[in-house]
Amino acid sequence: MISYLIKRILWMIPMLIGISLISFFIMHLAPGDVTSNEASFNPKASEESRQKLRELYNLDKPVIIQYGLWVKRIVQLDFGNSFASHQKPVLWERKDKSGNITKGLIQESLPITLMINLMGIFIIFSISIVLGTLSAVRQNTWVDRSITLFVFIGFAIPGFWLALLLMYWTGVSHQWLPISGLHSPGFQNLSGFGQFIDLLKHLVLPVSISSLSGLAGISLYVRNGMLDILHQDFIITARSKGLKENKIVFIHALKNAILPLITIIGLSIPGLIGGSVIAESIFAIPGMGKLFYDSVLMRDFPVIMGILTIGSVLTLIGTLLADIGYAWADPRVRKGLVK
Amino acid sequence: MNIFLRNPLALSGLIIILTILILALIAPIIAPYDPNFIDINSILFPPSINHLMGTDGLGRDVFSRMLYGAQISLLVGFVAVGIASLIGVILGSLAGFYRGWVDSLIMRFVDIMLSIPTFFLILAVIAFLTPSIWNIMIVIGLTSWMGVTRLVRAEFFSLRQREYVLASETMGSNHFSIIIKHLLPNSLTPIIVSSVLGIASAVLVESGLSFLGLGVQAPTASWGNILTDGKEYIQFAWWLSLFPGLAILITVLGYNLLGEGLRDVLDPKNKD
Amino acid sequence: MNKKFLFSNFFAIFISSIFLISCSNDATEVVDYDGEYKKDLGGNLINAMAGEPSNLIAMIAGDSASSVIAGNIFNSLLKYDENLNYAPDLAESWEISNNQKTISFKLRKGLQWADGKPLTSADVLFTWKLITDPNTRTPYASDYQLVKKASTPDPLTFKVTYESSYAPALDTWTSLHILPKHILKDEDINNTFFSRKPIGSNYYKLDEWLSGQQVTLKANDKSVSGAPLIKKLISRIIPDTSSQFLELTADNIDVMNINPIQYQRVFPARKDLQQKIALYKELGNGYTYLGFNLKKAPFDDIRVRQALNYAIDKDEVIKGVLLGLGEAISSPYKPGTRWNNPNLSPYPYNPSKALKLLADAGYIKDKNGSLTRDGKPLKFEIITNQNKQREMTAVLIQRRLQEIGIKVSIRVIEWASFVNRFIKTGDFDVVVLGWGLSLDPDQYNIWHSSQQGPGQFNFLGYSNKTVDQLLELGRKELNILKREKIYREFSKHLLEDSPIVYLYAGYGLSAVHKRVKGIKKPAPPAGIYHNNYDWFIPRPLRRNEILEQ
Repeated sequence: MISYLIKRILWMIPMLIGISLISFFIMHLAPGDVTSNEASFNPKASEESRQKLRELYNLDKPVIIQYGLWVKRIVQLDFGNSFASHQKPVLWERKDKSGNITKGLIQESLPITLMINLMGIFIIFSISIVLGTLSAVRQNTWVDRSITLFVFIGFAIPGFWLALLLMYWTGVSHQWLPISGLHSPGFQNLSGFGQFIDLLKHLVLPVSISSLSGLAGISLYVRNGMLDILHQDFIITARSKGLKENKIVFIHALKNAILPLITIIGLSIPGLIGGSVIAESIFAIPGMGKLFYDSVLMRDFPVIMGILTIGSVLTLIGTLLADIGYAWADPRVRKGLVK
Repeated sequence: MNIFLRNPLALSGLIIILTILILALIAPIIAPYDPNFIDINSILFPPSINHLMGTDGLGRDVFSRMLYGAQISLLVGFVAVGIASLIGVILGSLAGFYRGWVDSLIMRFVDIMLSIPTFFLILAVIAFLTPSIWNIMIVIGLTSWMGVTRLVRAEFFSLRQREYVLASETMGSNHFSIIIKHLLPNSLTPIIVSSVLGIASAVLVESGLSFLGLGVQAPTASWGNILTDGKEYIQFAWWLSLFPGLAILITVLGYNLLGEGLRDVLDPKNKD
Repeated sequence: MNKKFLFSNFFAIFISSIFLISCSNDATEVVDYDGEYKKDLGGNLINAMAGEPSNLIAMIAGDSASSVIAGNIFNSLLKYDENLNYAPDLAESWEISNNQKTISFKLRKGLQWADGKPLTSADVLFTWKLITDPNTRTPYASDYQLVKKASTPDPLTFKVTYESSYAPALDTWTSLHILPKHILKDEDINNTFFSRKPIGSNYYKLDEWLSGQQVTLKANDKSVSGAPLIKKLISRIIPDTSSQFLELTADNIDVMNINPIQYQRVFPARKDLQQKIALYKELGNGYTYLGFNLKKAPFDDIRVRQALNYAIDKDEVIKGVLLGLGEAISSPYKPGTRWNNPNLSPYPYNPSKALKLLADAGYIKDKNGSLTRDGKPLKFEIITNQNKQREMTAVLIQRRLQEIGIKVSIRVIEWASFVNRFIKTGDFDVVVLGWGLSLDPDQYNIWHSSQQGPGQFNFLGYSNKTVDQLLELGRKELNILKREKIYREFSKHLLEDSPIVYLYAGYGLSAVHKRVKGIKKPAPPAGIYHNNYDWFIPRPLRRNEILEQ
């Protein structure tokens, strides 16, 4: 197992290089640069000043040199400063000589996206196991069919549409949940528990919307997996030996079905991260997806590259963890019998 | 065939898709108005006899725009998936047939592409290239071939060891004809299933891009942009949200049902 | 069996909780929003912003969100009063020398920064030096670089001398936020933490900035302008406009800019909204236009341009795009101001006149009905950025031009690409765009023939010697009446040349919750927001807020 781990981690290095190349290449499809946001079309802003800005940001050096300079820095975890947010560091906070801390953009937005995605993964994992198992065990009954239908609809619904409908229903027609944002104004004046509940209320809709399609897909996967397993010989053997049905389903069958689930969930991480753009935009959540979208429109290259790199690294870590989890959980791999 | 028709999932999926396909094809015939015909005296009218699905912010008939929008949605789906499948089949065949370093190289590339959040990639590239229907189709295609590659490769791995392939090889057939004549035809199942599911996903991605302003641009009608145009008056002009939302839902549902149904039918394991 | 029991129990609990929650929140109170209330100090005003401010030092930040917030925190030397005349802000008076090249500002006595330190002319000089420093990353330096010499004869006096008389000068001094020298003198202005934690002198100071979520300002007790009646301004960052509208209807925000459809159609249909939200409309200081690439045929031919002007139905555009909430203009100035030339009127919609002019230019209808000249049909592409109103306008124009036989295609392009790939390179036929203008009538940057470099504002390529001279004169003439004549003459030439088609000056539409009192009706020329520091929220109308301990 250790050698497996080491091999996996070493593979990540060429992957990172490939990712950085692709990210950098994409940047240079863009003909615009940071000086093309609103300021440029204000009759008060002069072209000379903009050229000065361009030079100060090194945008006039050849591409290869820019790539080299960039790689040299990210290896030291220096992703530079954002153009559009006027010098906020891309990755991590910086302290100036008076002790003022300017927080990094990714430092501020990543935890929020991560929190939503982790909650999403948790929900997907728990609910899809229930739904998928129920569906498999009651195959072809109305339970199975209605769950399947629900799953398919969940898969097919455009997220932002559902979001708007739900926001209207839960926030305007009835004042059950807040409509957008992460905190209520006056959040600081709440107790610790109050803050926790406030945060949860704000997260209900965004987390539900962003995990809906993952939930649908994985429920289906669990169902199919369980169906496969329930028809295998060892289950028939267990049944004929007289073991209780519940025990068969929940212990033996499920154990086997969950294994590939871990990998699948690991593989769905990039989808979750990418999918957060729309949910964060509609729910006014200052996460990494929204940050990415804004940076793309502003041609804020350091941030775009930073997020693509960090997002990919997160995905690599996610799949690594999923693989480790799988390797540990599957006794065959753990004991070195299968690679 | 019988099995297929008896599977309720596949059947309903097929019916839905055929209906939408037919509607899209006969759009020029049955659309009551030109989708771009503006009537500033009929701005934002609710559904009525004259306008089955109401009118939009410029007085254009929503029903006609929906019909032409179906063309766009389907076009985006087919072309994007066509590109993705083509790339996937080529790379998957090469990796599955030649194995060794070719396989390693291709799979590393697949892994790299899978590690970058796809939607981010799509967003960035389309924003930089200016959104147009062609850019959207190509970019979606270029970012969704990875699944097909893996599937084709897996099929090739298991098929390659079969006797008739080894026999062909000893007989001296060239690689290309082995791939085309023996291996690919037997790998069609996963390719078809993933293509159908891919169309569903492409339609959803286009509507998501429209919401962000990077989808098919005005004045061309697409379900995504009809929905986006109406989102600010969702309580008032409910018809601008309901119909395109439902249309996207039903279409994507149809393709998913068909895809899953096909998977059920064509996969020898799932016989119950 | 067990599972079913649990499930139905859980279901029952779930349903009853929903009932409980909905019951407790549907308690309706009857509040009279229309009544008279006396002025109350305190309360919070919540508004929504689509974008987050990037930097509260306005000279460096390029975005409007930053300048709006910064405008509450900092003062300039002058400001505009409700009738759009110059009024004191930090300066109580000013004098222009006889040779018209020097302005002396006299500061008010006893000015203080929010941290208690005195505000003097040294701060003004420091700010001027900062904005004209080549190392400062600001795009706004050019106006201030025209000052040849600046000095502070005493702590209450600031003197600037220009190379030659510069009429827009006073206007430029209304928009320079004066910064504190004692805090910034050793800082690198491009990287200073001050941009996130500013100290100003105006009505409000920064209370808290929750990155990505909201910016909270609270009343500055040392404000040089007096105390505002509303204690806190909270700006919530809500990027999606449909979410903003939902928040407004759910009573979670108090102020919002709305669009014509919301103003004309949505609100009138909702009695419940009308009870608690009031709508306001006022003309902004800008206009939307169709601009021709004057360097490209056939737009270099004045007959073609005028013909297109006659072929476009502007009333239809205002009715269809703005639902009537805008005005047709014939000068590049706000209707109702002195710079507007009352003797000019817009080109009326006259397709036959258009056809005649095009025929003069050699364009005749062929057998398909398309206008052609030497076998080549008249066709071009209109480009615009992603702005709903501009898109709709382009579509309406396309239809009218199609009716007289011109093939028009439309392309909508995202802003950054739009500016860099099409505008700056001059690679376009026709654009639909808008100008947001300052209150000074000077339009040198936009129309003078010397301003055609890449990235400069005369990207249409307009060149007219008479207009050049008028613009140069207008900049130098300090006498208001003489200036009026110059700019009216300028408008007349511009209208004749028709380098652009004036499409409309749209109304700014606002929805303000009725709990906010003190809004002047009818709105003065400077708009309803002019006296927003005198707005107040009576105690009985304040929303249930989580109160400070």
